[in-house]
Amino acid sequence: MRSTSGHPGIDRVALLEVNDLRTAFHTRNGIVRAVDGVSFRIDRGETLGIVGESGSGKSVACLSLLGLVPQPPGRIAGGGAVLDGVDLLSCPKEVLRGIRGRRVAMIFQDPMTSLNPYMSVEEQLMEPLLIHHKINRAAAARMALQALQEVGVPEAAQRIRSYPHQFSGGMRQRVMIAMALIGKPDLLIADEPTTALDVTVQAQILDLIVQQQRQRGVAVIFISHDLSVVAGFCDRVMVMYAGRVVETADTRTIFREPKHPYTRALQRSRPAVQAKGVELCVIPGLPPDLSRPIPGCAFAPRCEFAVPDCGRAEMRLQDVGAGQASACLRVQRGELNLQ
Amino acid sequence: MPEPAPASPTPPAADAVEPGRSLWQDAWARLRRNRMAVIGGVVLLALTVLSLFGPLFLAISYQEQDLGLGAAPPSATHLLGTDKLGRDQLARLLFGGRVSLLVGLAATGVSLTIGLLWGSIAGYAGGKVDAVMMRIVDILYALPFTIFVILLMTVFGRNFILLFVAIGAVEWLTMARIVRGQVLALKRQEFIEAAVALGLRKRRIILRHMIPNVLGPVMVYTTLTIPAVMMLEAFLSFLGLGIQPPMSSWGLLIKEGAEQMEEAPWLLVYPAAVFAATLFSLNFLGDGLRDALDVRASRD
Amino acid sequence: MQEPLLELKGVKTHFPLGRGVLFRRNVGTVKAVDGVTLTIARGEVLGLVGESGCGKSTLARTILQLVPPTEGAVLLAGRNLAELPPEELRAARADFQMVFQDPYASLNPRMTVFDTIAEAIQAHREVPGAELAAEVSSLLNRVGLAARFSRKYPHEFSGGQRQRIAVARALAVRPRLIVADEPVSALDVSIQAQIINLLASLTREMGLTMIFISHDLAVVKHISDRIAVMYLGKIVELGPAAEVLERPLHPYTKALSSAMPLADPERERTRRRILLAGDPPSPVNPPAGCPFHPRCAYAIPECSRDQPRLEAFRPGHEAACLRLEQVSAD
Repeated sequence: MRSTSGHPGIDRVALLEVNDLRTAFHTRNGIVRAVDGVSFRIDRGETLGIVGESGSGKSVACLSLLGLVPQPPGRIAGGGAVLDGVDLLSCPKEVLRGIRGRRVAMIFQDPMTSLNPYMSVEEQLMEPLLIHHKINRAAAARMALQALQEVGVPEAAQRIRSYPHQFSGGMRQRVMIAMALIGKPDLLIADEPTTALDVTVQAQILDLIVQQQRQRGVAVIFISHDLSVVAGFCDRVMVMYAGRVVETADTRTIFREPKHPYTRALQRSRPAVQAKGVELCVIPGLPPDLSRPIPGCAFAPRCEFAVPDCGRAEMRLQDVGAGQASACLRVQRGELNLQ
Repeated sequence: MPEPAPASPTPPAADAVEPGRSLWQDAWARLRRNRMAVIGGVVLLALTVLSLFGPLFLAISYQEQDLGLGAAPPSATHLLGTDKLGRDQLARLLFGGRVSLLVGLAATGVSLTIGLLWGSIAGYAGGKVDAVMMRIVDILYALPFTIFVILLMTVFGRNFILLFVAIGAVEWLTMARIVRGQVLALKRQEFIEAAVALGLRKRRIILRHMIPNVLGPVMVYTTLTIPAVMMLEAFLSFLGLGIQPPMSSWGLLIKEGAEQMEEAPWLLVYPAAVFAATLFSLNFLGDGLRDALDVRASRD
Repeated sequence: MQEPLLELKGVKTHFPLGRGVLFRRNVGTVKAVDGVTLTIARGEVLGLVGESGCGKSTLARTILQLVPPTEGAVLLAGRNLAELPPEELRAARADFQMVFQDPYASLNPRMTVFDTIAEAIQAHREVPGAELAAEVSSLLNRVGLAARFSRKYPHEFSGGQRQRIAVARALAVRPRLIVADEPVSALDVSIQAQIINLLASLTREMGLTMIFISHDLAVVKHISDRIAVMYLGKIVELGPAAEVLERPLHPYTKALSSAMPLADPERERTRRRILLAGDPPSPVNPPAGCPFHPRCAYAIPECSRDQPRLEAFRPGHEAACLRLEQVSAD
């Protein structure tokens, strides 16, 4: 299942480069720093997995890129996100609208609430074409049918006029993928697209995304809470915790040699890892309260390797060799070997 | 929309049992911050207090007539003027307040009780019982209210209590529907299933688990029912079916004032203003309650 | 096998589908549970897996008598729960409890933790005041929560903590059987492990019998002694946990097992995945014959006519398939 990605080094101009993104929510209980200084890049045709639990900021970060975070109560407090020379965070609204759906498409976790229940599938597929590509309705209808067939919806010609509620969860997700890809975008952001689906359907949808990615060479950001899901699919993985990036590396490396205690703990807490009857490795405690400022490393209170410095020094993502970056202070200092 | 993760309860220093913060406390705090609701509440309180205790401080009673004076504009002795029989308007207004508010509260109380019970039983029982009970509600809904009241009045004569009953008999219908809807939604909640699974008795489930969780919308609807009831009373009085002079209610005062609008505008202006103020206050309070009790908001 | 605690015999739970406003016509049946026969031994942990529409949640509710079975017997220690008169059933509920999936909906938001657990304790026993407080504290400690949080309300806790409270409530009546319906599905991965450990250790310490329902095969494999796989209201495979997932007999179990994501990029990319065509079916119109045959790679004409029964292919490991030989050879 290798995906086609640009070889790093050859195409050095990234498709999307995010720098120090900060997004906060102003709530009754204070300012919640949902994304607290996130930087990453993705090249053309590359697949990047963003992994984290709820509250890690993975979804909010990507929603911020497309201006989909409601402001108020949200607010993009800083940073830049450059897509082919255009800063998505500071460009005029019309420019952003032109990019959304045309060059960057997004699919979400719950297809029922992401599809318009009052529009037929055909209309929803045709919409991005009519808006962004200025073609006539007949041509758009043909392309819509073709898109639906390509994502493997059986009896597409008969079902294209149906409404979202007449499809099952897996089928709706396929419709959403068709809608996202019909405009031939350069980047697809998939926000936990398989989390709400049954295991066998999840396998089908993942297979579909991989296949489409290979055929079209579209770059994919795949957000998930499950490390194993991105294992078979992504070139690189970025792990987030409490709104910050704690580690990035290419997939094989991050599984074989994780260089951050959180990544390692996530892997080890999966039940598949432990023999039956043996207690699972547990990450003690709870994720931190994002409405309070977190000094030093956000994971330190739950980390088995933490030392006093971890709570003091400013946490930064740093290269630790072989294309891998870690935000762990002790790993950066060479004090810690996690293997 | 992704939400920020909930804050974890911070571990305290001592070992003592920490107080919790119930949803009611949360709602109360939110209500207090809503300026319009607070203003509404204050106005309402002021009017109630004035109506209850005001007449005690007045030298003149609402019944005293002064035929020689006739309808006189506001003066030093009669702060709000007098009506054509020379009765002091201020006294009538305050006394009328007692009546209107009493009718509002009592009739709402009646409709609340009947509606709450009817709706809870229909909702919880389900099946044929529910179907029959709600068809009865539907049929009663179709009855024209005015004719119903006229019938009652004709058969039983004009009666203060009858007024409550008539009004309450109409308002409970919507209350029953609202309660039933809430109970139906609640029945599917897992904590109700858990209560059944624990082996709790039905009575306990309804009283301890159902009703407290239904009270939110019920409270909101109640504060919005009171103005509706007061308007109904005013309407009835306007038609001559409700309160009769010398007793007064705001509705009656408005009726009399409307009849003499050109010669004695003060007879209309003050009762109408006070009535409107009460209705506004109740509405703001009701809106505020609805916002404050929004369960989703309590999760942040 | 140890003495059986729970016996299900031909349990069917069907829901009629009605049409019409005043008088409801019967237009069909949802056969959520369609003939389940199963025996669970005292102290055993049975994992129940399946996807949406397979009926595992309905089966759980049928066992708990939250939904009455249409047919069949549910025997707990020899007593048929489905035939008990209401008062006896209510009293019998102390023997079996459930932990629900949604930690946000399974606790009464208007009651404190203390009240919730105290109510459970007193549902079937008379416990005087001082002892009550002590017992509540002890239960909370048992599930890993500090007693000083007992006056707080559910919305003041996180999902994992609420689930612990739900477990404490279930334990308060001193049950013999606990049915956990997807207890960790709504929780984060790092919290899931905590709750799984809790359930596993409690079951061992207290000698409880547990039915653990989940769609997550890795979790079920870790905690269960045996695994039952459900499809469209029937059990299609039943056997020791590791065996069912590593050497599955039924084509559906094979597909399920292969769909499980592995936390190993090498194996993920090189292994052959079995992809099922179509969607999980709806129990309203189950296919004739074997319920799985429309999606089965091994289907032959007989499969659409004959209903396979559970037969043992290896000791203690049974599956309902007409072509067991061929399927297991792959």
